[in-house]
Amino acid sequence: MNNEKVLDLYVRMLRIRRFEEQVGLLFAQGQLPGFVHLYIGEEAVAAGVCAALRDDDYIVSTHRGHGHVIAKGGDLNRMMAELFGKATGYCKGKGGSMHIADFSIGMLGACGIVGGGIPIAVGAGLSAKYRGSDQVAVTFFGDGAANEGSFHESLNLAAVMKLPVLFVCENNRYGEFTPMEKVTSVRDIALRATGYGVPGVIVDGTDALAVYEVANTAVQRARNGEGPTLIEAKAHRTGGHAEGEKAFLAGGVYRSAEELAEAQAKDPLRILHSKMVQMRVVTPDVLEALDQQITQAVAAAVNFARQSPDPSPESIYDDGWV
Amino acid sequence: MTKKTYVAAIKEALAEEMRRDPRVLLIGEDVRLGVFAGTRGLYAEFGEKRVVDTPISELAIAGAGIGAAITGLRPVVDLMFGAFLYLALDQIIQQAASARYMFGGQTSVPIVFMAQNGGGISAGAHHSHAVHPMFMNVPMLKVVLPSNPYDAKGLLKSAIRDDNPVIFLSPLSLTGMRDEVPDEPYLVPLGKGEVRRMGRDVTVCAAGAMVQVAIKAADVLAREDVAVEVIDLRTLKPWDEALVLDSVAKTGRFVAVDEGKPICGAASEWAATVAEKAFHHLKAPPRRVSGSDVPSPFSPVLERAVIPSVADIVAAIRQTMDEDRSVAADSYRARYAA
Repeated sequence: MNNEKVLDLYVRMLRIRRFEEQVGLLFAQGQLPGFVHLYIGEEAVAAGVCAALRDDDYIVSTHRGHGHVIAKGGDLNRMMAELFGKATGYCKGKGGSMHIADFSIGMLGACGIVGGGIPIAVGAGLSAKYRGSDQVAVTFFGDGAANEGSFHESLNLAAVMKLPVLFVCENNRYGEFTPMEKVTSVRDIALRATGYGVPGVIVDGTDALAVYEVANTAVQRARNGEGPTLIEAKAHRTGGHAEGEKAFLAGGVYRSAEELAEAQAKDPLRILHSKMVQMRVVTPDVLEALDQQITQAVAAAVNFARQSPDPSPESIYDDGWV
Repeated sequence: MTKKTYVAAIKEALAEEMRRDPRVLLIGEDVRLGVFAGTRGLYAEFGEKRVVDTPISELAIAGAGIGAAITGLRPVVDLMFGAFLYLALDQIIQQAASARYMFGGQTSVPIVFMAQNGGGISAGAHHSHAVHPMFMNVPMLKVVLPSNPYDAKGLLKSAIRDDNPVIFLSPLSLTGMRDEVPDEPYLVPLGKGEVRRMGRDVTVCAAGAMVQVAIKAADVLAREDVAVEVIDLRTLKPWDEALVLDSVAKTGRFVAVDEGKPICGAASEWAATVAEKAFHHLKAPPRRVSGSDVPSPFSPVLERAVIPSVADIVAAIRQTMDEDRSVAADSYRARYAA
């Protein structure tokens, strides 16, 4: 992998991280309506996969979707405005955190229903094959969604039709607050690929370089007409299921302090940062300058969102039937 | 003009649209063989790329159709029986119907979900549900329920050309119905009802299989010199409110007939709208004739009892005719003035 690609991965992750840190802060201050699910700790998955895609490839995301939009090249201003429910947001204030889409970059939508986006990605893959393009479609989903019927139906359908689809399971070990081992019949979701006759690959989801390599192989396979791959990225979320979850979690914590510390120690951003410095990809100064630049862009996005107008109540019937 | 069956009309619509537009494809369970024959033979002309047999996976098929629709195709997803749509409800309601609105108009979802609807052939509870009222409750879905082969063809072609998600339901009991269907292409617009029979005394509103039943009821009452106007809505959402309200303004009486269940049903919606918007024209309260509030039973005797019959509709119309409020008010005034 050349230095440029490594830096590209880092930039995608850093944009996600700084954006989400700001979102967490705004939520804690009570400035955001609704609720938000942060991706902090899982950035290497979105960045690694999206770096292996072309601009015209498709992704379908989840309720924890900010990272996917940003990794695919989403606009921070329009994202932040959507989180504030403003008229300038990606969905004109009708989507919010869990339903952001940007069709201009092949981002076909985040989805508030666990497993709900999986078949839609299969359809995008079907459409790519039908049209004779060599586009690829990616569905991101969590370990919880791997227990939904939609996952099983979709994986089978994509496998029998040999569709160009990447099934990317972001295994952060918790379905909301329930640990995976209590509700899942296998230790590794990737094992389930065998049942559908497709390759199942496990990758360290905190290692962006490794995710990129695995995704790249799966993308080539898909483009060559060899069908889907199931990738299981073992990752950690360092925050809660949703921000502010302590407020409604009766009975205290569901994850031990040790486990959280372990998750935080495997910070994908820090891991890649030290690798880059070690590999002399760039000097720490360059990375520091980058950080400042991205931090400023996020601050600008907050200003943009704050100064944007609310949607007018008259717009409730807009964007219904064509 | 040739007489063609309901399913033959559907096949013609599919074939014509697939020839006209290469983006149209048919996806579903056994569409190659065609359980209801409405898709049979299309495979021979269009091949497996465009007539796609799938696993029995309703949720995934529906979702795949949506993914295809938002990336440039115009899929028709055949899910066989209306009740099978229930297996795909998340995709139909939360994804297909919501996507355009939820994403601020960034995409549209030109998809048709096709299925048989309602009872009448002793198929039992799991294959006989009249599902249309549930979908009428979903914002941004269009719901079509044709009552004859001519409309089925013209409406299906319109549904395929429509840029919105459409639930296209065929009454199960009309599968073998034969009627005139022109060979030359034509469209029937979505959202427009049709007066099937003119009348001055009472307006009856129906759709799908209930239209023929309502017409038979009108025949019975014609012998008693009651002139029933029968409106076939054809599209249940959006529905032709103006046509119904105009008719009620003329007749002053209204009976809504629907095969679906009575609570929050299609007939409830029509009757409520008439009560709300045409109250001043009404000589009697609007009445509803709906299916009984039970899962569809198997026995032909029982099934006949739960689906609105000619006798049920005749009885409802007679009641309406007897309940002339202006007459009642006159007699009340006469009694207490004395």
